[in-house]
Amino acid sequence: MEFVVCVKQVPNTTEVKIDPETNTLIRQGVPSIVNPFDKNAVEAALRLREQHGGKVTVISMGPPQAEEALRECLAMGADEAILVSDRAFAGADTLATSYTLATAIEKMGHFDLIICGKQAIDGDTAQVGPELAEHLDIPQATYASKIEIADGNVRIEREHEEGIEVLETRLPLLISVVKSINEPRLPTVKGTMKASRKAIVLWTVNDLAVDHARLGLKGSPTQVVRIFTPKQRTQGKLIQKDTARAAVLELLGNLADAKLV
Amino acid sequence: MQFSLTAEQKMLLQMVREFAARAIAPSVAERDENEHFSRELFNSLTELGVAGICFPESYGGADGDTLSYILVVEELSRVDDGLGITLSADVSLAGWPIFQYGSEEQKKKFLAPIAEGSKMGAFALTEPNAGTDAAAQQTTAIDAGDCYVLNGSKIFITNAGEAETYIVFAMTDKSKGIKGMSAFIVEKNTPGFTFGKKEHKLGIRTSVTMELVFQDCRIPKANLLGKEGDGFKIAMATLDGGRIGVAAQALGIAQAALDHAIKYSKERVQFGKPISHNQAIAFMLADMATQIEAARLLTYRAAYLKDMGLPYAKEAAMAKMFASDAAMSVTTDAVQIFGGYGYSREYPVERLMRNAKITQIYEGTNQVQRMVISSALLRDSK
Repeated sequence: MEFVVCVKQVPNTTEVKIDPETNTLIRQGVPSIVNPFDKNAVEAALRLREQHGGKVTVISMGPPQAEEALRECLAMGADEAILVSDRAFAGADTLATSYTLATAIEKMGHFDLIICGKQAIDGDTAQVGPELAEHLDIPQATYASKIEIADGNVRIEREHEEGIEVLETRLPLLISVVKSINEPRLPTVKGTMKASRKAIVLWTVNDLAVDHARLGLKGSPTQVVRIFTPKQRTQGKLIQKDTARAAVLELLGNLADAKLV
Repeated sequence: MQFSLTAEQKMLLQMVREFAARAIAPSVAERDENEHFSRELFNSLTELGVAGICFPESYGGADGDTLSYILVVEELSRVDDGLGITLSADVSLAGWPIFQYGSEEQKKKFLAPIAEGSKMGAFALTEPNAGTDAAAQQTTAIDAGDCYVLNGSKIFITNAGEAETYIVFAMTDKSKGIKGMSAFIVEKNTPGFTFGKKEHKLGIRTSVTMELVFQDCRIPKANLLGKEGDGFKIAMATLDGGRIGVAAQALGIAQAALDHAIKYSKERVQFGKPISHNQAIAFMLADMATQIEAARLLTYRAAYLKDMGLPYAKEAAMAKMFASDAAMSVTTDAVQIFGGYGYSREYPVERLMRNAKITQIYEGTNQVQRMVISSALLRDSK
C-alpha cells in the first residue's frame, strides 16, 4: 500500500513572541519543528504500513531548510521524502499550496492513502488537506482519531465537538488526523543515522506540470492585509463552593447584581 | 579546523533532547530524592539505540563515532546526569573493552546485547584497598583447569545489581604484580557472584552503586578478556575512554547549572531590578560560561582524537579534570546566584552541585589525572 504524508515545517509557536510595536511575529531565533499534527500523520502512516505493508512517502512544500523536517520524518521510519521547493512557490496561500502539492502527488503516480495533520500550528487554517483532496478528486475524512483498513475498506472515527462520527469509505482517500490518534514515536539512533545519509528528492517548478499563474503569491487569492493581536476576551468566572446549592446561590446573586435576572 | 556539528549529530541531539524532556525530566527530582535508579527509564533510552552509537553495525551498533556518543551523554546529563553516567559506564567501561579486546565470539555474545540495549554492562576494578592504587588488587582468579575461580569483592560499582554483564579485574598471578592482573567477563546470576551493600550517596542518586562479592565463583575460560596478564592494561585503556564520558557528564551538569542561573538572574528582582543587572552576578555568569566552553572544547577534542585513532589518554585526562573542576565551580556559583533558594531542594541547582562533586573523584581522581598528564608530558619530552 502506498501512503503519502504531507508535512510542514513550522516555527515552534510556543516560543514565538509578537513585537508589540509592529504587531508582527518575531521569527528570529525561533526553532523550526515538524508541525506536531503532521507527526501524528506520519505515525498513523507508519502504523498502517506495519499492519499492511507498503511504503510511506513524506512530502513537503517549503524553503530548502524544510529538508530538516523531512529528515526527521525519515528518522521516524518513513521510506522516502520529497521536497517541493522553488522561489516560484513562495508566498503561496492554502489554495496555491494545495494545488502545487496535488501536482507533485500526481507526479508520484500511484497512491492509496494521503494523510495530513488536521492543521498547521502557524497558519491554523486546516484548509490544505481538504483542498488537496478536491484537487485530486478523491474523498476526504477530516479530524480522524482512528483509522482501520480491511479489504480496501477504510473505517474512520472523526472527532467532533458533539461526539465521534464513524465513517466507512474506500481507497484512494485523504485523511486528516487529530492529536489524540496516537503518540508519535521518537526516532531511533539507527533511524536517525540512516535518515541523515539518505538522499531527499527535490522537485522544483521545472519538475512539475503546473500552471504558473496558480503558483506562489500570484496564484494566491488570499492576501494578508494586517496582523494584529486581538483584544483579550474577559475571562469567565469560576464559582467553586462546597455544595452545588451554595454555588447556585452565588451564581444567582451575581446574575442579580448584573441585573440579568 | 572544523567546529560545527554534522547534520547527523544535530539530529541525534534533537532526539535525545526530546526524549529527555518527555520521559526523563518529569521524574528526575523525585528519583534523586528517593535514591531510585529506574531500569525501565534506562531501557526506554537504550531501546532507542543510544548504547550502540559508537559500535559497528555488525555488533548491534549504529556505526557512529565517539563524538556523537559523547554529545549524547552531555545532552542527557543536562537533564539527569545519573542516567548520563549509567550510560557512560554501560558503553565506555563495559561495551568498549569487549569491543577492543574481546574475541569475535565475546563480541557477538556480550557486546551486541549492550549495543542493542537489551543488556546492561558494568566495570569492576575498585576494591576497599585498591582505589587510586588500582594495582593493589586482592580479588583472585585461580586457574582450575576448565575454569577460573574468582574470590574477593569490588566496591563502588556503578550499575551493579542491575547490569547483566560485568568486566571484573582479578589477580591471576600475584607474583607478577600488575602483569599478573587479568580481566574477565562475568554474567549476573553466575553461582558464587552476589551483591553486597548499596551505597547511599551525596549525588548521582538516580544511578545505582553497589558492592560485588565473589565466593568460589567459577568463570568459564571463554570469558577471559584478552590474555592472562592483560588486565591492568585493559583497565587503564578503558578508563582513558571512560574519562571522556565523565567529562561529558560534567559538561552537562555545568551547562544545566548555567542555564538555570541565567534564567533565574533575569527573573529574580531585588532593589527594583533583576539581579542580572548587577555586574557581580553578570560577571559570574560570564566566568561560568567561559569555563564551560573551554571544558567543552577539551572534551570534544579528546573524542575527536579517539575517533581519528590518535593517542588521547592525556587529552582525555585533561578534559575530565578540567570539565569536572568547571562543573564543581559553576554549580557552586549557580547556588550562590540563587542564594537561599539555591540551597533549597525546591530548585534544581543544589542537586547539580551535589552531582558535580563525584566527577572530580571517579574514573581517576583529579590528582590521578595530573599524574596521567604529567607522566605523558615527561615521557614524550624525552
